[in-house]
Amino acid sequence: MDWEIVIGLETHAQLSTHSKMFSGASTAFGAPPNAQACAIDIALPGVLPVINRAAVDRAVRFALAVGGQISPRSVFARKNYFYPDLPKGYQISQYEVPVVVGGSIRIETAAGVKIVQLTRAHLEEDAGKSLHEDFHGATGIDLNRAGTPLLEIVTEPQMSSADEAVAYARTLHALVRWIDVCDGNMQEGSFRCDANVSVRRRGDKRLGTRCEIKNLNSFRFLDQAIRHEATRQIELIESGGRVVQETRLYDPDRGETRPMRSKEDAHDYRYFPDPDLPPLVIDAAWVEQVRAALPELPVARRDRYEREWALSGYDAATLTQSREMADYFEQVVAAVGGAAQAKLVANWVSGELAAALNRDTLEMSDSRVSALALGGLLGRVIDGTISGKIAKEVFDAMWSAGAVESAAADRIIADKGLRQISDSGALEAIIADILRANPGQVAEVRAGKEKAFNFLVGQAMKATRGKGNPAAINTLLRKALAD
Amino acid sequence: MMDAGLGAMARALGRGEVSSVELTRALLARIDQLNPGLNAFISIDPELSLAQAAAADQRIARGAAGPLTGVPIAHKDIFMTRGRRTTCGSRMLADFVAPYDAHVVEQLDAAGAVTLGKLNMDEFAMGSSNETSHFGPVRNPWDPSRVPGGSSGGSAAAVAARMVPAATATDTGGSIRQPAALCGVSGLKPTYGVVSRHGMIAYASSLDQGGPIARSAEDLALLLNAMGGHDPRDSTSLERPAEDYRRDLALDLKGVRIGLPRQYFADGMSPDVRVAVEAAVAQLQQLGADCREVDLPNMALSLPAYYVIAPAEASSNLSRYDGVRYGHRASGYRDLLDMYQRTRAEGFGAEVRRRILVGTFVLSHGYYDAYYLQAQRVRRLIAEDFRAAFAQCDLLAGPTSPSVAFALGERSTDPLQMYLSDIYTIAPNLAGLPAMSIPCGLGDGGLPVGLQLVGNYFSEARMLGVASAYQRASDWHLRVPQGLATRAAEAGDGAAQPAATERN
Repeated sequence: MDWEIVIGLETHAQLSTHSKMFSGASTAFGAPPNAQACAIDIALPGVLPVINRAAVDRAVRFALAVGGQISPRSVFARKNYFYPDLPKGYQISQYEVPVVVGGSIRIETAAGVKIVQLTRAHLEEDAGKSLHEDFHGATGIDLNRAGTPLLEIVTEPQMSSADEAVAYARTLHALVRWIDVCDGNMQEGSFRCDANVSVRRRGDKRLGTRCEIKNLNSFRFLDQAIRHEATRQIELIESGGRVVQETRLYDPDRGETRPMRSKEDAHDYRYFPDPDLPPLVIDAAWVEQVRAALPELPVARRDRYEREWALSGYDAATLTQSREMADYFEQVVAAVGGAAQAKLVANWVSGELAAALNRDTLEMSDSRVSALALGGLLGRVIDGTISGKIAKEVFDAMWSAGAVESAAADRIIADKGLRQISDSGALEAIIADILRANPGQVAEVRAGKEKAFNFLVGQAMKATRGKGNPAAINTLLRKALAD
Repeated sequence: MMDAGLGAMARALGRGEVSSVELTRALLARIDQLNPGLNAFISIDPELSLAQAAAADQRIARGAAGPLTGVPIAHKDIFMTRGRRTTCGSRMLADFVAPYDAHVVEQLDAAGAVTLGKLNMDEFAMGSSNETSHFGPVRNPWDPSRVPGGSSGGSAAAVAARMVPAATATDTGGSIRQPAALCGVSGLKPTYGVVSRHGMIAYASSLDQGGPIARSAEDLALLLNAMGGHDPRDSTSLERPAEDYRRDLALDLKGVRIGLPRQYFADGMSPDVRVAVEAAVAQLQQLGADCREVDLPNMALSLPAYYVIAPAEASSNLSRYDGVRYGHRASGYRDLLDMYQRTRAEGFGAEVRRRILVGTFVLSHGYYDAYYLQAQRVRRLIAEDFRAAFAQCDLLAGPTSPSVAFALGERSTDPLQMYLSDIYTIAPNLAGLPAMSIPCGLGDGGLPVGLQLVGNYFSEARMLGVASAYQRASDWHLRVPQGLATRAAEAGDGAAQPAATERN
């Protein structure tokens, strides 16, 4: 039987504001329990919510980045249910009229390019946390997270594989970080996905019954959960069963999803417009103000790198994975004198630098070699002071010591005596020694065997401990052999 | 001096004729004497009050006094008062000490007013008789066998009994005006958004509005000057420049157009109330007002619309009282659900539970459109009625309550009968309009009758001007319940149990 999988994602992106959605309390992660819960967050009698303008700014920024419509008047509603980590007994969220309608995200997988349409994005507040461990049968409540601003981003059910869902989530993750809407820290729960998964026979027009898998906080879990859930549904139907609409949780240890609650015991949330908050009015001036401060988007930069700097699509995509990386790349290009060297810089940034960051699990912003310092190093490659191979040695030294200034490479080159030997007199003497010591290979070269020539070059490089200018060695060796 | 109003007290304080400490002591003694019979106060804290009074006296001595410095007032127990118990008339918050001050309390503290205590009220402001209070009913100073009205019954009774010259109160469907009418005092519910709701415990957020109860229009203006003003902590607080609500107190009624809504004067008003209200209208006309009939065709829908919207908002607003973080928590419970159920069943009284159930029902899936949305449509129609009426007149006049104060227990078993007490007061809340009640006569049993004035948005100063003109020409607002004249109280001649009022 040929099955088709249909996936829609709901992503909660925690907005990178300093204070909460409706109160002035801090949103910083990791404070002692309840140290960042003010009177509004713990819902004392008589307190009232006030919309955080910075959160709205971020929602508008997101709308502009995905080409969504910004509602001129959106409405906050109350979603009513009782739970100990929900202090008011309701969550303030946008229901009928969200702040962002529509928009799209372009994704790439092995299957090609796809445009995923967004249904909506709305502002809401997070709940606190119930801590079931460490309380000997009782439950602890930490309200630090209560009231944290979230943007819930909802797609149409348009993805048809776990690969596409992951590609979407990664692209969205990169985008919200790029436009500084969300720090994207998945371990801290700043970016988490719910996946709506259903299956249908290929060609069937109607959607199958869906299950929602909640709180997937890594791309790996998202991938695994969708695969397991799709398999479960297909096996269920093929063995004569029927999928029941329900909310499920993914258990990564057991590699399966299991039911959390069914539709029957779903809450009646009794949504109604929050009378404490007038409609959120966003006028054209506000939108323009946000637009003016919007950074160049990753897609635009990619195009520019390909068009103006002649980078390959692959290089351009790699360098625009994060704004920090792209900015760093452009700073290095500027330091080495521009577009002509873009390809060399691209190789270094997505090669040596990315590998070093990866090895030490550092973020771009924590790079031990600054863009200026890398520019200084590559300048010496370009002007022939050192070879590409020596440059890697210098880079390693810069990385371990930490390098900020543009002269950092020069100091290491001087200290270690790594300057390339291009002086013909010095090289000619070395070459003469090598020819004397390797008469067999010399004869082979003269008999037309190129392999033997490469051996002689290698010997010369070895004799100069890698510092010999390869081009100069080549020329001088040819000349010596011709004599 | 205790019989003097707020303004007169402030002037005497400013001239040094009396000190705030002296006034505070005298009123605390009167509260001691009268409160056991009237039950208007839930809590007093003499030490705290006297400390405030002493500070006010110093401020006066420094020459830094404001218009309210040293004047004793009291707060409805719905306002958060830092360091003082704030109960909202409920067992749920019976021992709750507020950790912060309401905007209104901050403003009055800053003005130098002295807080004498916290006033009794219907539980969570749900009631029209003050009988739903966890702390027992307030009794009407004019006749202790009768209710003072509600929900601000404590505020109205305390002012009527001269325990305090003025008090704060709140009004969601008539909770300032109806008790003011039943207790023979003046009360003003401002335009929605004029007084910040920050620290005012929510009943129905889109209707709740704080305001003053006092003995005269002048005193209401004085208090509202301190209570009103923009507060960024309340998103529904209106951003308008501060105004002096006393500016029209000397208003000449000549040419003022007063609308008499046909629906307010139809059947339903008891005859004694009709006599008093019509006499008041005639007097306003004599003073130069131009009175005319107007139509509010959807008036009759205001009560049902209110009893959908207010309980809907209340059911959500009161969800925070779950026993998890503060307030009452049931002692023995099996699990989380049992804890919620017991806590809320024990912590809330019958009327609060009824409104939570009604509100939960009207917001439920499948009923929302038929009830909640329909009520919101009615609300717009009512606002539209008022808009049309104000095209023809400057303000409206009519009865505040269909009857004088009723007996304790008379309506408490019949919620519908009780809800009808607010038939004339609800519509202005739905429209967000300012409205007030002033004493305009004595009806059956010698009990006070209130005249309700409804104004257009932000016409508080003008309404106070009309009320003031009426009060210059009448003395109903000066009447004192029999046996409660302050001289008698000072002599301590046994006025603790207020006797039946004199017939008039």
